[in-house]
Amino acid sequence: MCVVCGCSDSSPAHARHVQQAGGEPGVITVNPANGDLHFGAGAARVSVPGMSQARAIKLETDILGANNRVAQQNRAHFEAHGVTALNLVSSPGSGKTTLLCATIEALKQRQPDLHVAVIEGDQQTSFDADRIRATGAPAIQVNTGKGCHLDAPMVAEAFAQLHTHEHSHDHEHDHGHAHGHDHHHHGDAHSLLFIENVGNLVCPAVWDLGEAAKVAILSVTEGEDKPLKYPDMFAAAQLMILNKTDLLPHVKFDVARCIALARRVNPAIEVIQLSATTGEGMDAWLHWLDHAMGAHHHHHDEPVSEEAALRQRVQQLEAELARAKAALASGSAA
Amino acid sequence: MHEASLAGGVLQLVEDTARREGFARLIELRLEAGQLAGVDVRALRFALESLAPGTLLEGAQIEIDEPPGQAWCLPCGQTVAIAQRGDACPACGGYQLQPTGGMELRVVDMRVSDD
Repeated sequence: MCVVCGCSDSSPAHARHVQQAGGEPGVITVNPANGDLHFGAGAARVSVPGMSQARAIKLETDILGANNRVAQQNRAHFEAHGVTALNLVSSPGSGKTTLLCATIEALKQRQPDLHVAVIEGDQQTSFDADRIRATGAPAIQVNTGKGCHLDAPMVAEAFAQLHTHEHSHDHEHDHGHAHGHDHHHHGDAHSLLFIENVGNLVCPAVWDLGEAAKVAILSVTEGEDKPLKYPDMFAAAQLMILNKTDLLPHVKFDVARCIALARRVNPAIEVIQLSATTGEGMDAWLHWLDHAMGAHHHHHDEPVSEEAALRQRVQQLEAELARAKAALASGSAA
Repeated sequence: MHEASLAGGVLQLVEDTARREGFARLIELRLEAGQLAGVDVRALRFALESLAPGTLLEGAQIEIDEPPGQAWCLPCGQTVAIAQRGDACPACGGYQLQPTGGMELRVVDMRVSDD
């Protein structure tokens, strides 16, 4: 296995993949039946950064800059469509897809008018998208090939596909309201977009997709110390869902310790305990979603500006402290 | 894990710059990958080396600086050094830390020649 990206190829082959993906505009195949995307047969999809800066070859350029620019476009696009997008991250087998199916079924009962769609990220197969489609919700599968995470351009593509296919979907099922192609065709109606990332607690932490929030899912059959083992992911997440709580009597999992460790890397992280299988705790999650849609609706880019404000405040305080110390030092010297 | 994609991003930046500036050879490339940037520098270097043959990166010297992780400790009221997220404040042992430095992930500069 390749030690760099975990791909099964030997490294020279892998390097060639990366090279091809970097050099060409990207080999994407689209399944005409359902809009599923496959990023390159065997090629590691590489985000293609653009560039802007002057001579002197002093670049000072963010390596993730190109991805982040597309992520911002996605964010604006979602906002224009009244879409609250959530990026679901976890290790493989935490129950993301089961949770999504249960969530969609519950939302159908409670808010039948709420539009819910899913972008499914996996290296291979459309099994997960098939499971989502079985609930009646539109889903687009994105196969990353050798890639270990979704990036913003993939999500942009998938969102466009979702749109195209939803139009035909709506016509087939005769929902009775014509879809315009303008950005406001959902009107004031809000909708939810779940982006189920590739099962991986490392890489997706670094890639902004344009989501309103990252939701980390951890099941109680995993180690309770994962928040500390994979701190970047839990630091990036706004919410941690402890899933499969129905299994707690059968496993050694210290819930209190898990939460304490998550708060150690992210003091502000919210926590919901639930079982997607039994439905226990689902109310809290649905309530959280409601809140996320409301908050997103009113001040959509709050997480970004909040962080910037916090950073600014830290700088202010540090400057103040430095001044106070200097004053103190000169005072005691005098 | 994701260092291969990042290496691809670096190469793209170099190629774009070469196209714009019209240089022939990359002599040295300097990157910054902060301690809290979520990047394994060894894996990034390996990915860049794997990617290099046949590209502008081939034969170039690649420097990767690692700016140290820094955080603002609320109880202490000062900036402290941390090696990774989830570390305790070295001064008070608490965890009320807000990372403030070491999150950089960028191409800093490059030395090129025209022949």
